[in-house]
Amino acid sequence: MATKSMGDIEKIKKKLNVLIVDDDPLNLIIHEKIIEAIGGISQTANNGEEAVIIHRDGGSSFDLILMDKEMPERDGVSTTKKLREMEVKSMIVGVTSLADNEEERRAFMEAGLNHCLAKPLTKDKIIPLINQLMDA
Amino acid sequence: MDALVAQLQMQYRNYTVSLYQQGFLDDQFTELKKLQDDASPDFVAEVLSLFFEDCVKLIGNMARALDQTGTVDFSQVGASVHQLKGSSSSVGAKRVKGLCITFKEYCEANNYEGCVRCLQQVDIEFKALQTKLQDMFNLEKQIIQAGGKVPQVDIN
Repeated sequence: MATKSMGDIEKIKKKLNVLIVDDDPLNLIIHEKIIEAIGGISQTANNGEEAVIIHRDGGSSFDLILMDKEMPERDGVSTTKKLREMEVKSMIVGVTSLADNEEERRAFMEAGLNHCLAKPLTKDKIIPLINQLMDA
Repeated sequence: MDALVAQLQMQYRNYTVSLYQQGFLDDQFTELKKLQDDASPDFVAEVLSLFFEDCVKLIGNMARALDQTGTVDFSQVGASVHQLKGSSSSVGAKRVKGLCITFKEYCEANNYEGCVRCLQQVDIEFKALQTKLQDMFNLEKQIIQAGGKVPQVDIN
């Protein structure tokens, strides 16, 4: 990837590859659009279990995983722990509700997140993290 | 034709601003509009269509949960309210989101009357928003049909 300074995302040589894990179809559409708007490509998973299967079966590699916290089948905390046990090295960003308290957020971070963002997601919230990824 | 376009564009600007000033919409709606482009000209309409489908489904769930003879499962009501709060937050439906916050408090307090009142208000508010946004989309169509471009509206 081209190295960037903080600010607007310019064209990058390799498209950012993102996995969006969320049980809400509305959030999936919006988050997919945000990733497309910043020049990335995305794949979606409707819950944590699907996210684990994607990694187990496809040997998939993502630059970034956007992980919702509350999901059926397997929630965000459990999924993050599992992916880290599977030695997934992607940047995992937890997406929390404002209703979540400090303890819940801490538990989510301790599961293996790199960052945590509160809903609703916007381009402005994601771009600094993309810059970090690109500078790494 | 130019005069008509200009008039429609002014009407559209004023109408959109009023939706923010009256508290129907917040900044998150602006963010959604920014994501719309030539490749996906109906993105906002599609997202809102999903949101309104969600509203109907979740309000139905809440009504059924509150209609139980015997003990009401307030956690079940609360779960639907939580989902609606999330959806409304994602699309910038400010009034609906605000009502959901109050509604959730009533659920947590097991306050039946409070929940029923909130349910009625949420139903009224989402329908009002649906009508307002439909009027806004109709204005957009009229502008385009008159040969103009839908203006970006600066809310600040």
